[in-house]
Amino acid sequence: MTLDLPFIWAGLIAFAVLAYVILDGFDLGVGILFPFIKGEANRDEAMNSVAPVWDGNETWLVLGGGGLLAVFPLAYAIIMSALYAPIIAMLLALVFRGVAFEFRWKTRRGQFLWDWAFAGGSTLAAFAQGVALGALVQGIPVANRAYAGGWWDWLTPFSMATGVALVCGYALLGATWLIWKTQGLVQQRAYQLAALAAPLTLLFIGLVSLWTPFLNPVYMSRWLVWPQVVLVVPVPLLVLFSAYQLYNGLKLRRELSPFLASLALFVLSFIGLGISFYPHIVPNSVTIWEAAAPDNSLAFLLTGAVVLIPLILAYTIYSYWVFRGKVNAAGGYH
Amino acid sequence: MFGFDALTLARMQFAFTVSFHIIFPVFSIGLASYLAVLNGLWLWTGKTVYSDLFNYWKKIFAVAFGMGVVSGIVMSYQFGTNWSEFSDKAGPVIGPLMGYEVLSAFFLEAGFLGVMLFGLSRVGPKLHFFATLMVAFGTFMSAFWILAVNSWMQTPAGYAVNAAGQFVVTSWMAVIFNPSFPYRLVHMVLAAYLTTAFVVGAVGALHLLRDRFNPAARVMFSMAMWMAAIVAPIQIIAGDFHGLNTLEYQPAKIAAMEGDFETQSGAPLILFGIPNPAQERMDYEISIPHMGSLILKHEWNGTIKGLKDWSTDQRPPVAVLFWSFRLMVGLGFAMLGLGVWSLWLRYRDDLYEAPWMHRAAVLMGPSGFLAVLAGWITTEVGRQPYTVYGLLTTVKSASPIAAAGVGGSLIAFIVVYFTLFGAGFFYIFRLINKPPMVGEMDIEGGEPIRAGGLMPAPNLINEQGLMLASRRFQ
Repeated sequence: MTLDLPFIWAGLIAFAVLAYVILDGFDLGVGILFPFIKGEANRDEAMNSVAPVWDGNETWLVLGGGGLLAVFPLAYAIIMSALYAPIIAMLLALVFRGVAFEFRWKTRRGQFLWDWAFAGGSTLAAFAQGVALGALVQGIPVANRAYAGGWWDWLTPFSMATGVALVCGYALLGATWLIWKTQGLVQQRAYQLAALAAPLTLLFIGLVSLWTPFLNPVYMSRWLVWPQVVLVVPVPLLVLFSAYQLYNGLKLRRELSPFLASLALFVLSFIGLGISFYPHIVPNSVTIWEAAAPDNSLAFLLTGAVVLIPLILAYTIYSYWVFRGKVNAAGGYH
Repeated sequence: MFGFDALTLARMQFAFTVSFHIIFPVFSIGLASYLAVLNGLWLWTGKTVYSDLFNYWKKIFAVAFGMGVVSGIVMSYQFGTNWSEFSDKAGPVIGPLMGYEVLSAFFLEAGFLGVMLFGLSRVGPKLHFFATLMVAFGTFMSAFWILAVNSWMQTPAGYAVNAAGQFVVTSWMAVIFNPSFPYRLVHMVLAAYLTTAFVVGAVGALHLLRDRFNPAARVMFSMAMWMAAIVAPIQIIAGDFHGLNTLEYQPAKIAAMEGDFETQSGAPLILFGIPNPAQERMDYEISIPHMGSLILKHEWNGTIKGLKDWSTDQRPPVAVLFWSFRLMVGLGFAMLGLGVWSLWLRYRDDLYEAPWMHRAAVLMGPSGFLAVLAGWITTEVGRQPYTVYGLLTTVKSASPIAAAGVGGSLIAFIVVYFTLFGAGFFYIFRLINKPPMVGEMDIEGGEPIRAGGLMPAPNLINEQGLMLASRRFQ
């Protein structure tokens, strides 16, 4: 029996990207909402809720990027040069915000500066990721194994829409995370912010979903041609169901269900993207198998990944388990 | 942009981001091992001065490690953004090696870092020591994989080229243990140890100048000077072996480092001179006859190839290599000098009473970083005009990105790095400026407790300590 290694690796990389998006999503979301949370103790509390886990969350970005280079070098080469500007902006924003996270606690005089760096960096990183996603979805021209488009190709109304959409989506994840992990004033504020972010996120999911099929006939055929439509129709239905759960959870002042419903929205949107993309890794230009490195490269790294990814996952789960419960401004968990 | 083409700007950007990045791992590799030694000595002797020093350096390690991680994230994307052709062609070989670096080393470091930083009171001294050893091992594994990648680019082996023009692997063992790898690994790890030793020595000397009876300052200064006296000569020998290996596989690099334009038997050792690549000669040369052949060939009349043996487009930039190599070697001998001086003072029983020695040690504090950067410039610029030596040229490695894009992002990197890492250095200097105390505090509260990467450290801190420690600045 021979394994379809490129397919397995595509699944693993997709998993790493999804893990990154939902995990770093909520801590970027807390950063996006930072200016709307007033009072130093409240801000400390919000930051403390993500402090123990954020750098672990960002590890998945390194795994996604490093993994792409290792197993799909052609895709890595094309995508990184096509999305040059948003990727660089994202990296710089993430560096800014990561460092702000550390340094905010080392000074009192300069704290407001690091607060702004944290909020600005988080928002820019989210926006740049959304723009990168939009630019990927709209397709990347390739000629002779290299990016064949122009410098400004990533900048379109569609990519701007996906950029704003991701900022709203991360804000929703952040707000519902805070609902779950905090109490009192911060939680009250998080309910208000979630009530704002939820309809905006849903609006953008709808907008982007309706827009995407018109970008490309391939996407259109995936979503609107009989009989394939039977296979994909559960996705929008589940989106509606999750939206209802989110609405209900916020209305009834539930603590966990709004966060879970928001996560579900992200997972479903990600699956929707997967349905549109497959079997391409660079939309409409390069398939998974065309981009893959030779099997012996894939197998070599897979050996290590099979051992270490479950270990990393176990650590991550254990880590979240340790930090279960509500956080307070002093950084303690109870 | 600014008269530079996209390729030059991309090279400047890579040089800038990697030079900034390398400072932190070099320091982390050495410091992680130093922490392991301190931890071990504390367990073995029971002397609290070692735990004081452990706690003192641990705080500095945490800040430096954090900056290494964030600047490292950027590196893992630089290959694709600026060197997409290289990524496509070399990806099947170097990608999995870098993947292993991310998976194994990052996991080990980040996983055990939390226990090392926060865990002593909860897991007990033995498990805590194990975690410290694993962090040191993790930093070493990082170096192992990254140097395997770099060495393969210098002396490629174990590969074939497929129809798409990509390098593909025929033997992983040959790829990883390529001809220059063992030499480069030894030279680099020793460099990391020396770099850290000179930082530790400078900090010890600084506090001895202020209070020569500070017991922890005495211990760290003494340990650092032992390292200087023992490791500096070993490093010079290791460097010589590395040079011989380079002569075998990359003779053009050696010719540029030595400033040899002519092929000669019984070549002189050029101590000083100003390379004049246009006229293909050295100006104002000061040299020792036959010494070049003696050092490189270990023969009085050995033949050393000069740059004229290569066409001009195959020569690395001679001026850069000539000077960066001399800077590295000069710093290496200055380190050796400080080590010998310390031995003499030890013999005279004057090590802690010698302010001029201490001033010199403070001055030499950054010498390791400078030597490392000079060494990397030598080996990387010396690989030009290739990225994969002899096989893939730098010109054919770059991304199809216009100069304005590369230049704009370069400016953004410079601004952001200087701002942020400037602040980071400021906080490290603030930590260093405080003397190590008897009963040096563990990492203080007031900051949020962290997972330290992936490991949930906070469950290892006792709850009461956290409550007491909150808001220490008020």
